[in-house]
Amino acid sequence: MTTTKRAFLRGIRDGLPFILVVFPFATLFGVVATETGLSALQTFIFSIAVIAGAAQFAAVQLMADNAPVLIVVATALAVNLRMAMYSASIAPYLRGVPFWKRAAMSYILVDQSYAVGLTKFETEPDMSPPERVAYFTGTMMINMPLWYGGTLVGALVGSRIPPEYALDFAVPITFLALVGPMLKTAAHVMAALTSVVMALLLGFVPYDLGLILAAMAAMIVGAQVELMVQRRAS
Amino acid sequence: MNYSTAEIWIIIALVALGTYLIRFSFIGLIGDRELPQWVLRHLRYTPVAVLPGLVAPLVLWPDATDGNYDAPRLVAAAVTILLGVMFKNMLLAIFGGGATLFVMISLLG
Repeated sequence: MTTTKRAFLRGIRDGLPFILVVFPFATLFGVVATETGLSALQTFIFSIAVIAGAAQFAAVQLMADNAPVLIVVATALAVNLRMAMYSASIAPYLRGVPFWKRAAMSYILVDQSYAVGLTKFETEPDMSPPERVAYFTGTMMINMPLWYGGTLVGALVGSRIPPEYALDFAVPITFLALVGPMLKTAAHVMAALTSVVMALLLGFVPYDLGLILAAMAAMIVGAQVELMVQRRAS
Repeated sequence: MNYSTAEIWIIIALVALGTYLIRFSFIGLIGDRELPQWVLRHLRYTPVAVLPGLVAPLVLWPDATDGNYDAPRLVAAAVTILLGVMFKNMLLAIFGGGATLFVMISLLG
């Protein structure tokens, strides 16, 4: 077996734990999106084209509120801005990889592939660029089809679930469940609190623009608290 | 929800394109150059800056109860966030919060 093939198989293996999360999460998205009023096809294509759960849920929630198209897009993209950071930290490891492969890898750069991939590249600096590509691709090889498939299952089921099952609260619970594990430091907690308080205070701002303003304020607070904590530590 | 079919497709297309460009930015375009520290420091907080603000009004003034404060939903929200913080496990938090909501609703009618 070539080292590239071995790297690919190790990538698949290291990506396996995520299937426990990916499939149910995708199914939930399928249900929620169709309950909101998207067709099964639109929901399915959404997952294929975007593969970013939190942003997809955010978009669908704003669509349920009939927010203007541009606000829906801007908010979903704001949730995904963190991926610029992922892109920047992965880029140095992909020196010498052909352009089209880097273009393909960008498509599968998600929270999970980033977390597993970067850890691998850091702990095994001797990996060749083709091995890195193979490993990274491997991590998503099973998760990606499951993300599509789960969405489709959810979309087909969702159109049949009666509204009295309190599904209105599936989205808030999903967001809260995403946020809980993110509250790792004081800075994260302060950013989250700022986001809540500002979003509630700015609820009067038209076109759901208040949320974006609240998010900007929260990012600044997070960054400032991080600096303060650092200064105190040094 | 009342968007035209075209508007829905436009939303999907723009979110997809924008997300791809964000992912592609350094890997494909800017390449091997470091982001300034202050930019990284802000990007780190993007999910935690957007999602709580999005969820807060949904928890405090749920549509299902015509925007009135609702004890089962508040308790379910609190359980979800606590489980998430304590166990760092998204699925556990979703199921725990969902189960809490169903129990509360059936208890309180």
